[in-house]
Amino acid sequence: MRGRTLYEKLWDSHVVRDYGDGSALLYVDRHLLHEVSTPQSFVTLRSKQAAVRRPSSHIAVPDHAVPTTDRTRPIGDPMAAAQVAALETNAKDFGIPFIALTDQRQGIVHVVGPELGFTLPGITLGCGDSHTSTHGAFGALAFGIGASDCATILATQCIVQQKARSLEVRLEGTAGLWIGAKDYALAMIGRYGVGFGTGHAIEYRGPVVEAMSMAARMTLCNMSIEAGARIGMVAPDATTYAYLEGRPYAPLSTQWDRALAYWKSLVTDADAKFDKSIVLDVSDLAPQVTWGTSPHDALGIDARVPDPRDAADDGERQRIASCLDYMGLRAGTALQDVRIDKVFIGSCTNGRIEDLREAARVVAGRKVASGVDAIVVPGSTAVRRQAEEEGLDRVFTDAGLAWREAGCSMCVAMNADRLAPRERCASTSNRNFEGRQGREGRTHLMSPASAAASAIVGYLADVREIAT
Amino acid sequence: MKAFGSVCSVALPLLEDRIDTDILYPARFLLLMDRDGLGTYFCHDRRIDADGHPISGNLVDDPRFAGAQVVLAGDDFGCGSSREQAVWALAGYGIRCVIAPSFGEIFAANCLRNGVLTIVLPRHTIDRIAKVSGSIVVDLRHQTITAGIDEVEFSVPSANRMRLLNGWDDIDLILEEEGAHVAAFEQRQQSEQPWLYEDAR
Ligand code: SF4
Repeated sequence: MRGRTLYEKLWDSHVVRDYGDGSALLYVDRHLLHEVSTPQSFVTLRSKQAAVRRPSSHIAVPDHAVPTTDRTRPIGDPMAAAQVAALETNAKDFGIPFIALTDQRQGIVHVVGPELGFTLPGITLGCGDSHTSTHGAFGALAFGIGASDCATILATQCIVQQKARSLEVRLEGTAGLWIGAKDYALAMIGRYGVGFGTGHAIEYRGPVVEAMSMAARMTLCNMSIEAGARIGMVAPDATTYAYLEGRPYAPLSTQWDRALAYWKSLVTDADAKFDKSIVLDVSDLAPQVTWGTSPHDALGIDARVPDPRDAADDGERQRIASCLDYMGLRAGTALQDVRIDKVFIGSCTNGRIEDLREAARVVAGRKVASGVDAIVVPGSTAVRRQAEEEGLDRVFTDAGLAWREAGCSMCVAMNADRLAPRERCASTSNRNFEGRQGREGRTHLMSPASAAASAIVGYLADVREIAT
Repeated sequence: MKAFGSVCSVALPLLEDRIDTDILYPARFLLLMDRDGLGTYFCHDRRIDADGHPISGNLVDDPRFAGAQVVLAGDDFGCGSSREQAVWALAGYGIRCVIAPSFGEIFAANCLRNGVLTIVLPRHTIDRIAKVSGSIVVDLRHQTITAGIDEVEFSVPSANRMRLLNGWDDIDLILEEEGAHVAAFEQRQQSEQPWLYEDAR
C-alpha cells in the first residue's frame, strides 16, 4: 500500500461511514462554540427535541460580539448582550462547558482551544467559524462549518464531509529580520491567488515550518482559508508536544506516552503523494502588506499600488480599478506614502503573546504618530495576563496604544471597535474584504511588527527601517 | 429541509469574482439571532447606502431580474466567513440555485444543508447563459440547464443529489440510520485513545 499523508491518516481514522462518492460521515472529536454562529443551531436541537450526544466534547465561549473595554460592566449593546446570554443559557441547558466573559480562560475560540489543550494532534475539530483551520497547526483535522453543521455535531457527533485533495506547501530558505509567518502566508496567497487552495487540505512542511513556534504555525494555518482551503495543517513534532504537556485537556501523565506514540504515527509517510505541491522560498521576502480588498492583493512594503492599465485582462483591469476606488488609492502611489488613521493589533491570526512581544519590541520607547488611533487587543485573557506580567501593556500604553480586553474586536467589527467610513487601518487580522472592519472601512493586512511600525510612522511602514 | 426538483426563473447575474459572505451578509447583522426573514439583508450594503437610501443601478434590485431564483456568479462565490446567514439571506431572498465556476467550500456545504443547489460550470458557459434573456430551467433530476435553445449538463455528487431531491436532513438521517455505526466507532476510539474521553483537569 502506498504511504499516506497526514490528512489521509486523519481522515481515515475518523470515517464512520464511507458513502463511496468522495463523501463520508466523519466523527468529530471536539467542537468549539461561540455566540454568533450557534443560536440557530440550538433552535434546531430544541425543535427536534434532540439531546447533545457528548456534552463534554464541546466548549462554548463568547468572543465575536463582546466589548473590549471594561468587563465588569454589563454589555452595552442589547443585541450583543442577548447573544452572549443566549450562548450561556444554551450551554447550561444542554450541559456544555461555558467560559464566561469574566473567566480567566476567556478569549477568541481559536486562541482558547490550543491554550486549554482542547486542541490535540490526531483529532477532528469543528467550529462555526472559517478560521478553525488554525487548529491544524497541531496536526488536527480542523475545519469551519455553518450553524446547521454545528447542530448536527451537537446532536450526532458527526458531520457529512467531502474528502479534500491534498496540497503540500513547502517553505524553504532563510527569512530576513522581522519577516515571519504572516508575511509567508500573505506572500503565498499573493503569488498563487485566493483560489489555489480551494478543494484542498494544505499541509505546510519544510525546514522553515519545522523551526516555527506553535504561535507561528497557528498564524500560517489560520490564513489557509484565505487561500481558499478549509484545512491547513502542520505535522505534530517535539514543538507541539512541549506546548501541550500539562495543559488542562491534554492527556494525563499516565496516558501521555501512549498518546505520544500515536501522534508520532500521524506524520506523512515518505512515499505518500500529494495531489499538488508548491515551494515558497522565504529568503528574499520583504514585509508583506495588502493594498486591495482581497488577501491576494499582497505586495512587499517597498512596492507601489498597481495600475489597472498593467492588468493582464479586462476583468482584472476592472477589478483593480474598483478596488482602488473603494480603497481610496491612486495607481502608482508608493505603499509607504499611504497614510493611516487606525491600527489594530490582535485577532486569532496575530493575537498571541509572541505577536504582542513582537509589536512591543517595535514600539518600545517610541510614540504613536499624532492623529493615529491604535489599539492592542489580546487574543485571550491568558495572553493579556501574560503580557501584563511581562510589562508589555506598559510598553504599549507608554507609546500611546490602547490596551484592551480579549476578543475578536476590530477583526469583524461586531462590537464598538470599528472603522468609520473611509477610515484606513493597518491591521494584523486576516480579511480586507469590503466593509469587514466597518462599512466603507479600508483595511491593509500585515504582520504585528509591520502594524506596530505603521502606528509609529503614521503611514504604511517598513518595520526594517524603524526598528533594529 | 425543502426538497429541490427544478426551478424556472430569470437568472440574476452577479458575475464579479470573489463575492464573499461579508458582501452577501454584512457582519453587523450577525447580531440578529433569526434564521427566517433575512432576505432583506441579502447583499445589503450593495443595495442600501449608509443613509438608508436605495443604491441605484444595483443588480439585485434591477426589475429585469425581479423574482430570480437562480444566481449566475463568478469565481469563489461565497468565500470567506462561514456565516450560514449568507445562505439564509440568499434563500430568504428567493434564490434556490447558484451557478459559479467555483465556490467558497463552507458556503457550498451550507447551501446543501438549506436546500440550495450549487452548480459548478466553466466561466464561459456561465457567460453564455447570462446572455439569454427570459427564464432558464435548472432541473436536478436530469442534471440539465435549459437556457434559450441551449441545453447544458451538470453533475452533482450522488449523495448530495439524493439529499436535495428528497429534502433530507442530516440530523434525522444520522440519528435514524447511523446510530449503531457511531456507537461502534466511539467504542473502538475510546479503547485506542482513552485520553479523548477524559474530563479536563
Ligand atoms: S478574530 Fe476575526 S477571524 Fe478570528 S474568530 Fe474572531 S472574527 Fe473570526
